[in-house]
Amino acid sequence: MLKTYDYPEFAYRPSADQESGLIRRHPVIIVGAGPVGLTAAIDLAGQGVAVVVLDEDRTVSVGSRAVCYAKRALEIWDRLGCADPMVDKGVVWKTGKVFRRDREIYRFDLLPEDGHRMPAFINLQQYYLEEYLVRRAEALGVELRWREKVTKVEPRDDHVRLAIETPEGAYELEADWLIAADGAKSLVRQELGLEFRGQAFNDRFLIADVVMKADFPPERWFWFDPPFHRRQSTLLHMQADNVWRIDFQLGPDADPEEEKTREKVIPRLKAMLGEDTEFELEWVSVYTFQCRRLDRFRHGRVLFAGDAAHQVSPFGARGANSGVQDTDNLAWKLKLVMEGKAPAALLDSYDAERVHAAKENLLNSTRSTDFIAPKSEASRAFRDAVLDLAEDHPFAQRLVNSGRLSVPATYTDSPLNTPDEDAFEGAMTPGSPCSDAPIRRNGKPGWLLQLLGGGFKLLCFGDAPAPLEVDGIEIEPLTVGADLDDVAALVAQRYDGGPGTVYLIRPDQHVAARWRRFDEAKVRAALNHALARRGRTQ
Amino acid sequence: MKLNTEPNIARPDDFYQDLIDLHRDLTDEQSRQVNARLILLLANHIGDREVLREAMKAAAKIPHRVVDRLADERASS
Ligand SMILES: Cc1cc2nc3c(=O)[nH]c(=O)nc-3n(C[C@H](O)[C@H](O)[C@H](O)COP(=O)(O)OP(=O)(O)OC[C@H]3O[C@@H](n4cnc5c(N)ncnc54)[C@H](O)[C@@H]3O)c2cc1C
Repeated sequence: MLKTYDYPEFAYRPSADQESGLIRRHPVIIVGAGPVGLTAAIDLAGQGVAVVVLDEDRTVSVGSRAVCYAKRALEIWDRLGCADPMVDKGVVWKTGKVFRRDREIYRFDLLPEDGHRMPAFINLQQYYLEEYLVRRAEALGVELRWREKVTKVEPRDDHVRLAIETPEGAYELEADWLIAADGAKSLVRQELGLEFRGQAFNDRFLIADVVMKADFPPERWFWFDPPFHRRQSTLLHMQADNVWRIDFQLGPDADPEEEKTREKVIPRLKAMLGEDTEFELEWVSVYTFQCRRLDRFRHGRVLFAGDAAHQVSPFGARGANSGVQDTDNLAWKLKLVMEGKAPAALLDSYDAERVHAAKENLLNSTRSTDFIAPKSEASRAFRDAVLDLAEDHPFAQRLVNSGRLSVPATYTDSPLNTPDEDAFEGAMTPGSPCSDAPIRRNGKPGWLLQLLGGGFKLLCFGDAPAPLEVDGIEIEPLTVGADLDDVAALVAQRYDGGPGTVYLIRPDQHVAARWRRFDEAKVRAALNHALARRGRTQ
Repeated sequence: MKLNTEPNIARPDDFYQDLIDLHRDLTDEQSRQVNARLILLLANHIGDREVLREAMKAAAKIPHRVVDRLADERASS
């Protein structure tokens, strides 16, 4: 179908469940094999949970969808053992340039410091991303059931009943826990009768994926009012295989069907790229964008993640990037609740933490969309004034908003945090995602984040305590200087790791608590707190 | 109230004339643009968010609630 990509075709194979004619129960069922459902499946399978994934489609993402994946999402995929093919195939970048007409008015660097394993961003077509995720899921034994469409969802007291349609008829399944990762039009959401509230933007955008040999650098280029597309905006991104993503803002009155025709698209592209540049169209579509979310992401035994829970406009690349952080937050909690090691209340912290993150993402993507497509004359006047001033005045450059690119949320007010009682400098406050840093371990170069996550870790800048166990949960100590060498002194710097400092780090690589001195009772209390175990302090 | 609404400009009539002169040869559209740029430049110079919010409220006159409501919505959304 595409010039640069052959879509894999995944076969429908009737499952033993369907053939049995019985209604069988599974511990976890995931609806949707998009980036979010697949990442959830990989995370859970890696922790030994048997997962079934249902998807109505027979292939990976079709057409022009996500391109930009941020450092934090890559770190999560790295923890799950599948970031390497993405980074190898993707286009690594970190610089964004903003133009007004034909002049550059602002540029930003999304990762101005060294010492991180993952880049600020990669660009990669969503179909490649999903292909790599499918491969990883299969390697871990995830049961992917293609061409199985969920048609009914019925939450019961201690499980969820599903009706499924397949090429060979319908069957039913039960799940102790259901993860709804079935995208922006989520059927699970509709079945539960939940409102998806927010706002829609009127402006239409033409998105063209174009194959060409071009000498634009691997950077994000955004134009306001460019000479080749007056009074509207344009965005350019390099992707793998010499495919380029070009977004043209069309305004609210454009006719989407007409705008998609070659007769309309080719002249727009020629105006931008020049008459002599050879290119071929890979995919063309016209979009409008929404910013909305569910009030809550946990509904009993149904857990919403990704676009099913929240939808953002693409300026800022906060869709897939934040969806993957949902499952990063969810998977370890669900596993501990399933094992009976944490109360179901731990899942309410999924709600608290990820609703907080979604608010932040929605706020940012809504603001960007308002700047790019102002809704009123006054709003347009200020937008234009910002652009006028940005050419000469640094303060106005900071107001130029062509998209605030995805950064991970810090769970500042999370119920799982133990507030600081000692003084600390720097960014690693309780609730923060851990910063990476280069290290050596057993004489070999490596990265701090490769040692964090999976389980609870105690990062110690001082004498090593013995491994701790708190009611079935192990805490592995990692002592700087003994278990790892801080080769560039960046661990100590980024964590303000003065002698004696101790960090309790969650399985999703977020900081739970920290102290200037190891105190076993405090660590135990903080662990119980991070597991929502009430009334237990030891 | 942090916003200073007491007389603060020396020779106020001169300032006022500067402001009117600035717009003298401009079209309405150009005037709107100049005003928007002027607000941004002054706002950045002031810098203090509380002063700016109080100034917005004072400028909005009747619908004090508009600015309050926006702040509330943001806090709760
Ligand atoms: C133009 C555009 C550009 C974008 N750019 C970026 C970007 O640069 N970076 C970024 O992070 N995000 C970007 N996004 C957003 C990104 O594509 C989405 O956030 C992401 O795909 C969400 O993943 P998901 O797994 O939640 O849902 P989806 O990818 O929508 O997957 C849902 C899956 O569920 C399946 N499904 C649906 N209903 C059922 C059912 N009833 N039964 C069984 N299966 C079902 C579908 O077949 C599908 O496979 C962009 C989106 C668009 C449109």
